[in-house]
Amino acid sequence: MRFIPLLVLLILTAPAGPAQDVNVYSGRKEALIKPLFDEYTKESGIRVNLVTGKADALIKRLELEGENSPADLLLTVDAGRLHRAKELGLLQAITSVKLDEAVPENYRDPQGYWYGLSIRARVIVYSRTKIEPAQLSTYETLADPVWRNQLCVRSSSNIYNQSLVASMLAHHGLEETESWIRGLVDNFARDPKGGDRDQIKAVAAGQCNLALVNTYYLAGMLSSGIDAEVDAAEQVALFWPNQEGRGAHVNVSGAGVTRSARNKTAAVQLLEYLVSVQAQEWYGKTNREFPVRDGVAGDSILQSWGEFKADNLNLAILGENNQDAVRAMDRAGWK
Amino acid sequence: MPESTLPQRHGSLTHIPPWVALTLLVAGILLLPIIVVAASVFLSSGDIWQHLYDTVLAEYVANSLLLALGVGCLALPLGVIPAWLVTLYRFPCSRLLEWALLLPLAMPAYIIAYTYTGMLDVAGPLQSWLRAAFAWQYGDYWFPDIRSLPGAVLMLSLVLYPYIYLLARAALLEQSASVVEVARTLGVKPAGAFFKVLLPLARPAIIVGLSLVLMETLADYGTVQYFGVATFTTGIFRTWFGLGSSIAAAQLSALLMLFVLFLIILEQYSRRQSRYHDTSTRHDRLEQKRLRGLRGLPALAVCALPVLFGFVIPSGQLLIWGMQTWRTSMDSGFFAIVVNSIELALITAVLAALLALAVSYARRQQPGIMTNSFNRLLGMGYAVPGAVIAVGVLIPFTWLDRHLGHWFGLLSDTDPGLLLSGTITILVFAYLVRFLALSLNTVDAGLAKIKPSMDEAGKSLGLSGFRLLRRVHIPILRGSLLTAVLLVFVDVLKELPATLILRPFNFNTLAVRTYELANEERLADAAFPALAIVLAGIIPVIILSRAISQSRSANA
Repeated sequence: MRFIPLLVLLILTAPAGPAQDVNVYSGRKEALIKPLFDEYTKESGIRVNLVTGKADALIKRLELEGENSPADLLLTVDAGRLHRAKELGLLQAITSVKLDEAVPENYRDPQGYWYGLSIRARVIVYSRTKIEPAQLSTYETLADPVWRNQLCVRSSSNIYNQSLVASMLAHHGLEETESWIRGLVDNFARDPKGGDRDQIKAVAAGQCNLALVNTYYLAGMLSSGIDAEVDAAEQVALFWPNQEGRGAHVNVSGAGVTRSARNKTAAVQLLEYLVSVQAQEWYGKTNREFPVRDGVAGDSILQSWGEFKADNLNLAILGENNQDAVRAMDRAGWK
Repeated sequence: MPESTLPQRHGSLTHIPPWVALTLLVAGILLLPIIVVAASVFLSSGDIWQHLYDTVLAEYVANSLLLALGVGCLALPLGVIPAWLVTLYRFPCSRLLEWALLLPLAMPAYIIAYTYTGMLDVAGPLQSWLRAAFAWQYGDYWFPDIRSLPGAVLMLSLVLYPYIYLLARAALLEQSASVVEVARTLGVKPAGAFFKVLLPLARPAIIVGLSLVLMETLADYGTVQYFGVATFTTGIFRTWFGLGSSIAAAQLSALLMLFVLFLIILEQYSRRQSRYHDTSTRHDRLEQKRLRGLRGLPALAVCALPVLFGFVIPSGQLLIWGMQTWRTSMDSGFFAIVVNSIELALITAVLAALLALAVSYARRQQPGIMTNSFNRLLGMGYAVPGAVIAVGVLIPFTWLDRHLGHWFGLLSDTDPGLLLSGTITILVFAYLVRFLALSLNTVDAGLAKIKPSMDEAGKSLGLSGFRLLRRVHIPILRGSLLTAVLLVFVDVLKELPATLILRPFNFNTLAVRTYELANEERLADAAFPALAIVLAGIIPVIILSRAISQSRSANA
């Protein structure tokens, strides 16, 4: 029993984030954001402490910690969750000329509760050998019976699918959206499984001819340096949907200052750094996402896909519609 | 057991010794998260239940039951048959297989799922090669889909059968040769003796192993989510994250706990009148029969199969991936992550074994409703997904922190922030809630095999309470305690969801690093930290196996 005091000591000496640093709860994985934080620390001398995890779980933690929460900034990979955190009273509004200038209005909260930092689009990829791009047009037409057994897409438990359906709800209403989902499900080549890269590989392997994926997964495969990934990615091509109409469905990764923030000044400063030209270029080069800031040199792979028109629906609506989207998918049998 | 004297002794609360009271207090605190989750049933979650009932609930329930049934049916023979073979027979490599059969324990279920998908999926090397070699298209040939319900059954069985193997083998080793001899004089053939005598005697241990396997199966999220199998667990998270209702998610978890509790009570009821300790004083070691030449090969094949598919092949795939990426994976922070993982696992494992010992011993000395039900309920955490436990832990911890902070503020001007929930204390606490079932069951099974007359003998020598435990029980229990420590150690090493939610700032573990990369579908990058989990898990598995072998020679 002699080691009990030692155990107590080990537990009590565990590290905790000091108050003068910026503390971040991040739904974005460490490898995809920490390099930027390190760069910021180098420039400003302010240390950034990080916890990464599932965004909903971190929001729950923030909610339970309440006023005592050590977090200054909440970072997520979709606007819907930021909106949910705002609704729960976990964020605070900030004003910053730098942020307002850099981030277009539809990519940030109208009152300044959260700001988008990088853009991702959900697009159609198709088999180069079996499909002509002229056959494709919109998300809506993917539900046509002509595509029976040809579509691969991941589970509806995934937030990117939920956001896409939430945007459909905003544009078409519940009834039309639900029947669209039914058509989509009828066209599935297999039960939903795996991630977005899996869908691309399934198209390359010939299990399906079309897939719905986020842009950065395709770019990530092309630039992975792993032969099997590159080969699979080269067998598919990207199609920008709804270019004649409202534009392709997009979402943002973004962040908001928490209500309990003890270091609000530094948190705002970090946000401003994340939309600086230098940081925005990093988002393109490393994460293969589109910058929110205009006039930033993009990544060569992204540029090869050409200019595209993005749906300018206010992203807060995706959060508002999220539950209805999930319920509609449950009813229509999208697993 | 002198039943007649007991009722008076624990009849009134004043006779509870202080150490039992303390044990019950600690156990009560550990029960808080489970109570929090269970109490959610009294809250309103709007019309979500109606929606779930109308749409997906039936599928969640059916898939979970099928999964548990499948894993039970597959893991049972995978664990019991090799345990029988390596304990009662000598055949080529049987000494090696004795411990190698435990190795899949070190392999997290979601990792084995990723490796087999990487190999066998439609876009994987095997099917790509088939298509290229025979100029086939997709659909021209039949190939089983690994990412399916049967696939999930296979993956989970391959990494969970060692619980059954471990407990079955320990139980078989403890059987006295005289039992087999008696069976033989009654005309039972050697192979028949296994089924008619040894297997029924080892049944409690096998059932404990099976119940651990089933609880782990019901709580699994990583594998079924990746395979697209909609189970109760994936439903819990869909309800929480997608439908935005943490209350309904907790209610679903409470339902899962209730189901497991029902199974446990049913099992206990079914053997309410049996006693499993050896009543004779003679204890002869079981003789191992040598299977020579070709006769040993079937035994070798049967025992090698689970090791091959549960460990060698997936580790080989990880190694191939890891070779491509180890340079980038071995960054400066990697060593710190390894230390974090091992430190957490070690602290939790030791605390869990001590707690299990205290709780089980309290029940042995003071049998009654309190100690009995604490014993049962404390094991429930194993059937609840880690993320739900995490929220159950956060609720009391943040409440306590608020009040501690308030009192602290009255004493000084500094702002203490979160005293408990910002540190690894909360992580260790959550692991204890989640994994106490492992140590509790192991220690309990060990204690049950010590004859009550041993306690009486100790007492007649003037030993009581803690001294009785230390002088009489702990020496006999050494093997069980070690098993308890190592099982929890390996499981904490693999634990992911609670760690993700509760960890302090800048605190990574191997499981977190693996998950973050695997979840981005960067399997090659995830392979190196995954291998590190497996390696760190192998060492205690080998220690465990040697300890069991030693207990065998000590018995001789």
